[in-house]
Amino acid sequence: MTTNTRDAAVSHRYIAAIDQGTTSSRCIVFDEAGSIVSVAQKEHRQIFPKPGWVEHDAQEIWANVLDVVHGALQKMSITVHDLAAVGITNQRETTVLWDATTGEPVHNAIVWQDTRTDQLVRELAADGGQDRFRARCGLPLATYFAGPKIRWLLDNVPGARERAERGEVLFGTMDTWLIWKLTGRHVTDVTNASRTMLMDLATLDWDDELLAAMGVPRAMLPEIRSSAEVYGHATGTLEGLPVASALGDQQAALFGQTCYAPGEGKCTYGTGSFLLLNTGEQPVQSANGLLTTVGYKIGDQPATYALEGAIAVTGSLVQWFRDNMGLIASAPEIETLARTVDDNGGCYFVPAFAGLFAPHWRGDARGVIAGLTGYITKGHLARAVLEATAWQTREVVDAMNADSGVELTTLKVDGGMTANNLLMQFLSDVLDVPVVRPIIAETTCLGAAYAAGLAVGFWPSTDALRENWHRAAEWLPATGDAADALRDKGYRKWKKAVQRTMDWIDEDDE
Amino acid sequence: MPGPIQSIERAAAILRLLSGGARKMGVAELATALGLPKGTVHGILRTLQHVGFVEQSPDTGKYQLGAALFHIGSSYLDVNELRTRALNWSDSLAARSKESVRIGTLHEGQVLVVHHVFRPDNSSQVLEVGALLPAHASALGKVLLANDPVDQLDPARLTGFTPATCTDPDRLRAVLAEVRSRGWASDVEEMVEGEVSVAAPIRDRRGVTVGAIGISGPIERLCGLAGEDAGTPRAELVSYVREAARAISRDLGAIPW
Repeated sequence: MTTNTRDAAVSHRYIAAIDQGTTSSRCIVFDEAGSIVSVAQKEHRQIFPKPGWVEHDAQEIWANVLDVVHGALQKMSITVHDLAAVGITNQRETTVLWDATTGEPVHNAIVWQDTRTDQLVRELAADGGQDRFRARCGLPLATYFAGPKIRWLLDNVPGARERAERGEVLFGTMDTWLIWKLTGRHVTDVTNASRTMLMDLATLDWDDELLAAMGVPRAMLPEIRSSAEVYGHATGTLEGLPVASALGDQQAALFGQTCYAPGEGKCTYGTGSFLLLNTGEQPVQSANGLLTTVGYKIGDQPATYALEGAIAVTGSLVQWFRDNMGLIASAPEIETLARTVDDNGGCYFVPAFAGLFAPHWRGDARGVIAGLTGYITKGHLARAVLEATAWQTREVVDAMNADSGVELTTLKVDGGMTANNLLMQFLSDVLDVPVVRPIIAETTCLGAAYAAGLAVGFWPSTDALRENWHRAAEWLPATGDAADALRDKGYRKWKKAVQRTMDWIDEDDE
Repeated sequence: MPGPIQSIERAAAILRLLSGGARKMGVAELATALGLPKGTVHGILRTLQHVGFVEQSPDTGKYQLGAALFHIGSSYLDVNELRTRALNWSDSLAARSKESVRIGTLHEGQVLVVHHVFRPDNSSQVLEVGALLPAHASALGKVLLANDPVDQLDPARLTGFTPATCTDPDRLRAVLAEVRSRGWASDVEEMVEGEVSVAAPIRDRRGVTVGAIGISGPIERLCGLAGEDAGTPRAELVSYVREAARAISRDLGAIPW
């Protein structure tokens, strides 16, 4: 795709990716080899109006996104003219509604972890069960998805429903909000749309029955496009820059890990953790609590589908340990503290802070620390915190193996927590397979950059992208009878601890 | 049990005064504050200066806390945090140089490998995090020794691994002085025959060297092959290593240079 607004004499040497995440916005600039040449990052406020409620200020996020793009360019002393395109990846499901004329949000964005739609979701499930829409949209009824959040905003912001029906109030997930701010176009991509509960996985279009059931007017919805195409060109300080990809963060990581063949998958360790498995051009329905979602769609090519295992609390448990317990000063120090002891001392921590995600999907669960004795120190707790991430991965891998009928032989990992060697080794031990980190741990940004680069011809094909994938580290599982026994006992104890989280929330709990 | 040692108590009092604020203090000021003769205070300051616990400003002659104190203090950067902060740039270095990358810190006179990125050729490699390397025979170690305010050079530990290993303390000190001034170090077949490593310092916002990052690989890839370049690390690779070190340092808050 060429553009007449850009100076043809300038060589477009780089691709930028915007990662609009849950806690911060980042911009990473990549070169043709897929190596990072510049990074800028800015955190935004987490707004907690009530227990269980989490909001973001969409205007603050937009300002931060512009800041980090310019910041990343400045660090390298390059300009927007050095960029061939920008791609976007984003926290999924976080929902913003804004005024189509003024561009002002009508309410703070409701973040994916927010549980305010709990009651609404229970009402919807009362009529046909939690899985009543699963065959159509691939998702169980749960608070995380965008559809119920839109409904809540329409019900609670005065005048919003009437104005949305006239197309005066628009909906978007963060990709849509940023593309609209950058280019003025109201579009989303198939991966983000697949997290709304409003899209038919087979047709990749908004579904009238789902819209009616959820009470969302079609006039407020963006057009659903592929994940890699030029949606428009930026105006303002990034004048002329092609905006050429949008992918939900987990799908972007799948793309960045070059999982382009059915059976290839990855797990990204961030605030939460997400295991995605490429299932090819047909959606696979899960019998074991996994989600069916769109993996990516490149331009006019058929969509690629994925099975997803979502774990709510992994990295955020380490943050909680740091901020709420104050036992460490920074997140990486948990490894130092955990290494002060040799094992968990019999202590297990199930962080069901907002219920359990895959494969249990139990909103009535809350966290427990099981196996406490007088012997337990903060070092054991640190171990239990890290091990929780590994055991939760084990549960999801087991479900994935059952659904896909294929045994996982290697786990490709990425995300910030892969810097934690103790965790990665433990993960390999409990899964009993090698764990491999690629040379770019920032696969989320890389995936958005790859998709944008394909759209503008910066990279010729997905085969060229595979050439960039290299193993940066590998952790091998402990072997032998003793290791097997330890693994089996640990998993048994973990499952017992999980049982103890359930049925905690009662009718009179807020 | 002998009683408290008076001179150590006085040294501690001086350090406490110097840590009281950002300001620097002269000998007379310190003597007045402690109610001690100037000569006594001056003697203690000279000893503290010798071990790197205080520094004297060349312009004003006043004293301030030295880098060595920061190094051994509680503000010392956690190695797991160093790895986390360095992850992106060490990956980029491996991708650009096509060699394996290690980050090391000093641990009882040796180099502790705190991070390791495989050589990006998808061959079978083993993670070496936690391994110890000889400081005097590795580029990482030379960078760390050269920038260490506390002299950790132990002449008894200068083991020879190859004919090229520098085992003479005086010659090694001269090498370290050069490493300090040019900002990077190399080891050319000094630890393993046929292998070369190149490293540069990672600094934090106080300018304290908190680690070193480097690449290693066969001499045929890392060094020039003929003429005066033979046995010298290629300039391009040195620049990649130094750029990665600067990028990590910048992220840790070091003043850009």
